[in-house]
Amino acid sequence: MTSTPQAPGRPASTTYTPRRAVRPVESRIVGGVAAGLAEHLGLPPVWVRVALVVATWFNGVGVLVYLVLWRLLPLAEPASSPGLESATRRGLRSRSGPGRREIVQTVAVAALGVGVLVLMQVLGRGVNDSLLLPALLAIVGIALVWRQLDDAALSRFIRQTDGWAFAVRVAAGVAMLAAAMLYVVTRERGWNALVDLLSATVIALVGLALLIGPWITRLLSDLTAERRERIRSQERADVAAHLHDSVLQTLALLQKNAGDQATVATLARRQERELRAWLYGDEQAEGDSFAAALRSVVTEVEDLHQVPVELIVVGDAPLDADVSALVRATREAVVNAAKHSGVDRVDVYGECDGRRFEVFVRDRGVGFDPAAVAEDRMGVRGSIVGRVERHGGTAEVRSALGEGTEVVLRMPVRHPDEENA
Amino acid sequence: MTEPSSDRTEIDPGTLRVAIVDDHAMFRTGVRTELSGVVDVVGEAEDVDTAVALVEATRPDVVLLDVHMPGGGGAEVLRRVGHLSSTTFLALSVSDAAEDVIGIIRAGARGYVTKNISGPELVDALTRVAGGDAVFSPRLAGFVLDAFAGTIEVAQVDEDLDRLTEREREVMRLIARGYAYKEVAKELFISIKTVETHVSSVLRKLQLSSRHELTKWASDRRLI
Repeated sequence: MTSTPQAPGRPASTTYTPRRAVRPVESRIVGGVAAGLAEHLGLPPVWVRVALVVATWFNGVGVLVYLVLWRLLPLAEPASSPGLESATRRGLRSRSGPGRREIVQTVAVAALGVGVLVLMQVLGRGVNDSLLLPALLAIVGIALVWRQLDDAALSRFIRQTDGWAFAVRVAAGVAMLAAAMLYVVTRERGWNALVDLLSATVIALVGLALLIGPWITRLLSDLTAERRERIRSQERADVAAHLHDSVLQTLALLQKNAGDQATVATLARRQERELRAWLYGDEQAEGDSFAAALRSVVTEVEDLHQVPVELIVVGDAPLDADVSALVRATREAVVNAAKHSGVDRVDVYGECDGRRFEVFVRDRGVGFDPAAVAEDRMGVRGSIVGRVERHGGTAEVRSALGEGTEVVLRMPVRHPDEENA
Repeated sequence: MTEPSSDRTEIDPGTLRVAIVDDHAMFRTGVRTELSGVVDVVGEAEDVDTAVALVEATRPDVVLLDVHMPGGGGAEVLRRVGHLSSTTFLALSVSDAAEDVIGIIRAGARGYVTKNISGPELVDALTRVAGGDAVFSPRLAGFVLDAFAGTIEVAQVDEDLDRLTEREREVMRLIARGYAYKEVAKELFISIKTVETHVSSVLRKLQLSSRHELTKWASDRRLI
């Protein structure tokens, strides 16, 4: 992580990487093409599906586009943290698929498309009858086999293959494709054509095998070795994740029972936070952002004053001078709460909705009478209210004796449009 | 739509039958010790299959359900026995992965608490869930606000499942700020019952909304 100073108002990204469309595993119904396209273009998936179905009415363009994209777009696993990936591999979480409503919707759209196709066929405006059946067979066969190939590629990530179903489905797909090809080949010249074609193919294949056979064998053995290595490293990752996971459990227990020993609780809490960040990616990378800055401030105060601070952040934005001031004021408020309220828990809630930042620091402690605080007390007036107001924000301290204290800090987002420029 | 909370009666924790489902034996023991004498712990389970068997055999009032478990996790348990009307589910987890928490709520859990919750708070959450209410921890409220963010304009009609009403957003924000239901009620000058209604309604939206972002938001949170 380098810390080169950024020109103010510049987005932090350095190189431009083009967005690539992918086929998302978790929302695919057949091949994931429509879902992937929809995500890439920012459209509802149902629009893409309707467009594909409509395109199919014109010489089957939709189906062709679908098949081509199916081969071209890579299948994508959603990227997640090591803990989640491991939990997925070990079967501790269930994979979510597309919702039932979406599936019903898709089936309805497809049925409508087929209906129109049948109508066109009846009216004599469709495809040549003799080609229709083999074409359909071939498409369904290809879809079956490709879907199985997708799943086989996936099982590298999730080790769960039901061998029988897999074999049967692939065999069915291949058989359908073979039947379609058989039909087309034998249509014109009968079975003789088939014999000719087969013998020519066999001769060509034998020649090819002699030429590149050794090379293919080596490639295959390399592949096996690599796969074994990958499985091994995944197993190591799983073990590490499991280990950390149980440590996490212990820490949670320790923290709950250690009520009287503030130090133990704080240590446990910090450890828990670190592990959690590693396992579940709860805390995003340590970069320069509002949320990251709040997190590090909260952790720091927890360590210093040994009071658990519960932090919830909604939304995020890059850090600038104003936001930094807001975060420093937050730190003062949290320190005050930790030092003076006399309670064992402080709640911090930060939010950025794109127009303004808001931070709430709350404790249920002894509270104080804000009016009775001497004018020259630096804490609240200088380091919190003054600091925020100098940067164009507002600060409000709500407290009453015995009712706890809440500090509310607000700061407008200075250049809301520059971020998109 | 009948609100389940409308017929909520004060439930005596002593009559509450609770099942603990978690794959960490140590944690189960800890919770059992904490709950024993306060509620009636009817059984424990350590994975999806035993959990399903336990729920079907004992029909507890509340199942304390871990999010991550062998056999497909808490969501799988809910898929198989979540339809039982006599049993409610409270998710309990240490994972805090937003997509899983939202996922288990969408699968039918009526609340989510983190594992470092204190004993009395847990009992309170259990009775609340058994009474048909929803239990939102500050963290879940944060997730919800994040999930429904993006549409700044709030719902005009209550029935719009894809958006929170202004009032629901306020309630969620207060919960995320660490307010208990009672304090939320006081802050907004409404009754606790109204707060409960708002929270239940947010839970319903969370479960029924088809908002595309809801299922996807966690994977691609970006800087604004």
